[in-house]
Amino acid sequence: MNIYVCIKQVPATETKIKINASGTGIDTTGIKWIMSPYDEFAVEEALRVREKNAGSTVTVVSAGPQRATETIRTALAMGCDNAIWVETPEETDSFQAAKALAAVIKKEAQPDLIFTGKQAIDDDCAQVSQLLATFLEIPYVTVALNAEYGAGTVTVKREVEGGTTEIIAMPTPCLIAAQKGMNEPRFASLPNIMKAKKKEIKQYKMADLGVTDADRKIKLVNMTLPAGKQAGKKITGDAKAQAQELARLLHTEAKVI
Amino acid sequence: MATALIYAEYKDGKIKKITHELIAEAARSGCEPVAFLAGAGVEALAKDLGAMGAKRVILVQGDALKFYSNEAYGKAFVEAVKSVNPAIILMGASAQGKDLAPRVAATLGIGLASDCTKVKIEGDKLKCTRPIYAGKALADVEFAGSGPQFATVRPNALSVGALQEDASAAVTNQPLDASALKSVVKDVVRGATAKLDVTEANIVVSGGRAMKNSENFALLEALSAVLPNSAVGASRAAVDAGYRPHSYQVGQTGKVVSPTLYIACGISGAIQHLAGMRTSKVIVAINKDPEAPIFQLADYGIVGDLFEVVPLLTEEFKKVLGEH
Ligand SMILES: Cc1cc2nc3c(=O)[nH]c(=O)nc-3n(C[C@H](O)[C@H](O)[C@H](O)COP(=O)(O)OP(=O)(O)OC[C@H]3O[C@@H](n4cnc5c(N)ncnc54)[C@H](O)[C@@H]3O)c2cc1C
Ligand SMILES: Nc1ncnc2c1ncn2[C@@H]1O[C@H](COP(=O)(O)O)[C@@H](O)[C@H]1O
Repeated sequence: MNIYVCIKQVPATETKIKINASGTGIDTTGIKWIMSPYDEFAVEEALRVREKNAGSTVTVVSAGPQRATETIRTALAMGCDNAIWVETPEETDSFQAAKALAAVIKKEAQPDLIFTGKQAIDDDCAQVSQLLATFLEIPYVTVALNAEYGAGTVTVKREVEGGTTEIIAMPTPCLIAAQKGMNEPRFASLPNIMKAKKKEIKQYKMADLGVTDADRKIKLVNMTLPAGKQAGKKITGDAKAQAQELARLLHTEAKVI
Repeated sequence: MATALIYAEYKDGKIKKITHELIAEAARSGCEPVAFLAGAGVEALAKDLGAMGAKRVILVQGDALKFYSNEAYGKAFVEAVKSVNPAIILMGASAQGKDLAPRVAATLGIGLASDCTKVKIEGDKLKCTRPIYAGKALADVEFAGSGPQFATVRPNALSVGALQEDASAAVTNQPLDASALKSVVKDVVRGATAKLDVTEANIVVSGGRAMKNSENFALLEALSAVLPNSAVGASRAAVDAGYRPHSYQVGQTGKVVSPTLYIACGISGAIQHLAGMRTSKVIVAINKDPEAPIFQLADYGIVGDLFEVVPLLTEEFKKVLGEH
């Protein structure tokens, strides 16, 4: 089986975000970069499927600036066989990323399965998985809690609201976007980290893939940090007085109950 | 007059509030709101969409639409876009909207502003603001190129108008093309409780590690019970300890909520928790530690023991709400 896993490099969750001068992106100085956490579940799932299906290969693909190759190495160290990097400028949108990924997959081996994360935690778009599957004209399931793999079909449990789940069967090739908890992502072992350093990363440029500026459908502008909240009101008194005052404030001042 | 096409969502035979919000915004801004309604045996809901302000309803029905699927619903919705030719397309940033909208955008070759917390229609322009980096920053969205401007909008971001029971929408039946569908929805397994999801609730009452066990969550359930349109949530510490299932978790690795009122009980306010609730309109914190970081974000803070305060609060809320 040819298994692809798409990963995105994002700032670590604890990063203090600063906006760049033009308000169209963040100031990247000093940021620690990581693999988007949901993508770790995607990588793990790809590796598990490979381990159950002798002769399968897992190819990791990431689009991003040069530093994205570090995250590709992390995926290789976890156990991916092949790696592809699409070089992009700092600011691209979901449409461009998905179009580039689709073009890469069309040029490379025919996919059986594609794994992604449900959402990249930088722009929080949750779009690339669906765009990619639609460009490739294959079915997809997002927010996947688990999947069972049969011959030529996959049955996926998808999380929706209120603890409700949908059970969806689809034929391969198909795309599965992982939700947290789909599995327990493995840590890379030291020997694998060493081996990953030597592996080749195949490179594409956006232009090689027919992706242009006209494919950028969305621009984020006027980025701001949320207005600092003024200090809230501390309600004093005994518990009874506090409860009474809070109910009054919520009702008459904030008008939310 | 610009037309706004709105994806109508429903549950248990009722149109969801988010759909009402979207129709109301389109109507307020002078757009012609057209609703897209798909399913099996859902024609009666068209009237409700009319009462919410929809001028027209595109109705698609068939067995293939009995359960939501991005494939069947996506195909039908794209057809509707082609026939209505709207300037603006809106969906809720719900489980369905999030799954479906990018498929529609890809098929139409247009951009999508996902998960917006602020939306305003000005003439035929859609102005959107969306949180990025888990709400640590906000950005306005600029649409490039031609074609409809498309957004998914978080529940509770917009206000609803009053229902106009006598208003009705013109219904157009759109034929369903269910050929060549690849994926099949085998089953929909309802959650153990038929409760409102935290992402849809107008008020969220959340408990943290301080709840100590799952039984004590009954205190929060009781508080939630007196507040209409509310749901109970939990911090990761409470979920990891097994007090509540993961579907309750609010935060970076749980759900992102934007209710009108968020009440955090015995939650310290770790950055990963704030990522899931910082866009709430009004935040209340009840915590016995005056230094707890949650107080920096709270509009109203009570330093105290939640086991003492919460039951009293339930009584006070009852009194205030009973005055109507
Ligand atoms: C990658 C990553 C992802 C994460 N994702 C999430 C996430 O999605 N959601 C999330 O919530 N967390 C998440 N966390 C965990 C987060 O860092 C915190 O550990 C967690 O939010 C703490 O939960 P808590 O506030 O309930 O517990 P604590 O931090 O232990 O706080 C308990 C609070 O209760 C107060 N208290 C105790 N007794 C009482 C009482 N009787 N009355 C009133 N107050 C009392 C204490 O003063 C304290 O402030 C994540 C962490 C990581 C590293
Ligand atoms: N630049 C990218 N390169 C590779 N995969 C990506 C990229 N952007 C997004 N993805 C994949 O698509 C998922 C959803 O991302 P997003 O739509 O950006 O929230 C991510 O979890 C990744 O699996």
